[in-house]
Amino acid sequence: MSNIPAELKYSKSHEWIKEENGVFTIGLTDYAQSALGDIVFINLPEEADNVKAGESFSDVESVKAVSDVFSPVTGAVTAVNEDLLDNPALVNESPYEAWLIQVSDVSDTEELLDAEGYAAVVAAEEA
Amino acid sequence: MERKTPLYDIHVAEGGKIVPFAGYLLPVQYGSGVIKEHMAVRQQAGLFDVSHMGEILFTGPTALASLNHLLTNDYSNMPVNKVRYGVMCNPQGGTIDDLVVYKFGEEAYLAVVNASNREKDYAHMAANVLDGTKCEDISDSVAQLALQGPKAPAILKKLLPEDQVPKGYYTALPNVEIQGMKCLISRTGYTGELGYEIYTSNENAPKLWKLLRETGEEFGLIPCGLGARDTLRLEAAMPLYGHEMDETITPLEAGLDFGVKLNKAEFIGREALVSAGAPQRVRIGLEVTGRGIVRERQAVFAGGEKIGVTTSGTHCPYLGKAVAMALVDAQHTAPGTEVEVDVRGRKVAAKIIPLPFYTRGK
Repeated sequence: MSNIPAELKYSKSHEWIKEENGVFTIGLTDYAQSALGDIVFINLPEEADNVKAGESFSDVESVKAVSDVFSPVTGAVTAVNEDLLDNPALVNESPYEAWLIQVSDVSDTEELLDAEGYAAVVAAEEA
Repeated sequence: MERKTPLYDIHVAEGGKIVPFAGYLLPVQYGSGVIKEHMAVRQQAGLFDVSHMGEILFTGPTALASLNHLLTNDYSNMPVNKVRYGVMCNPQGGTIDDLVVYKFGEEAYLAVVNASNREKDYAHMAANVLDGTKCEDISDSVAQLALQGPKAPAILKKLLPEDQVPKGYYTALPNVEIQGMKCLISRTGYTGELGYEIYTSNENAPKLWKLLRETGEEFGLIPCGLGARDTLRLEAAMPLYGHEMDETITPLEAGLDFGVKLNKAEFIGREALVSAGAPQRVRIGLEVTGRGIVRERQAVFAGGEKIGVTTSGTHCPYLGKAVAMALVDAQHTAPGTEVEVDVRGRKVAAKIIPLPFYTRGK
């Protein structure tokens, strides 16, 4: 069963979002990392890059395939989790600690789900 | 509609993540994941269901002549219980499939082909065998398990007297009984590791799987899926049909010279291969030196000029680095050559390195 912490927000494309004082921290959900399998490389944007809601900002390579990661918000990247460049498997080990990027100056967001709403998305995909 | 191998229920019970592959439902990985499965095969042992592979029997007084006509390798003077690799070419020299051939007697051979090519292969074989050869697709009645890894001999020796375990690489024993189950055991595999492929009836397969799992437990054996099968063969730089070769790629371009005997009087595709001369493009190995993973069908550049395209690529769990194989212009093959690969619009640095990437320690 997928771990879906109650205090976070989620996108339908399996990113989690935590907002604190206008800073949006974005990562991949437990369901996403499990579906991807062993992650061996994460291509991240750089600080000050702009990301756009609904568009890909990163690609994640698992042993078998590459997958896009979509930004749930429009804004500017203020921090990148550099630990993932050397150790991408952190996303498999602790998906809710291994954040990918932080975004500020957010001008737009996708429809964000609460834990219950996201659990329904996961249940539908697993069915 | 995908078919199930006789081990399907076991894969589900073992926690396998099931995917469609070559017309079959097979596990891409189990709970421990591709990297752990890969490492188990390099360091202990892994067990694979490869029942999807195709098996085609050649019998009759002209069976040998038929194989020598159909395939690029020379099967004359082959000892009984020997296994030999080969390629089946079309008249243009392109690759219909690659396969291994077992010899059981002067008039009895078994060809093992890729699952995805089985129907095509059988049609080509049946249409081109000589009078006096019976060619029979027995795939549906044969299950195959691959026991691979340095602990594989110790596991088999727990179940069999030593003389019932094939010793030489590419040799086989066709009538071995494991707890009453009749098996063909060969010292072959597709992982670059020491190991065996074990053929038995569909009815025996579940019992044999469970027996090998139980016996292998103390040696660290785990079940392995298609994901690890692919990363293992790629790390060992073993070519895969549909990637390193296809109907438009000759076995000489794919670097399979050792299995192509141009000095043989005749085989389908020989004239085309001889008249083409030295290949204009060849298979090479790449080590990714920049950041990222190179996959198949990505353009390769040297000095800004496109020199070829990748055929397979992945992150190699044992070597701990990303590698790829590519088909490039014959002028650009020197190890050390710096190249760039177009990974979805991003140029990733790589360099040409010798094949294979991984060789088993002796």
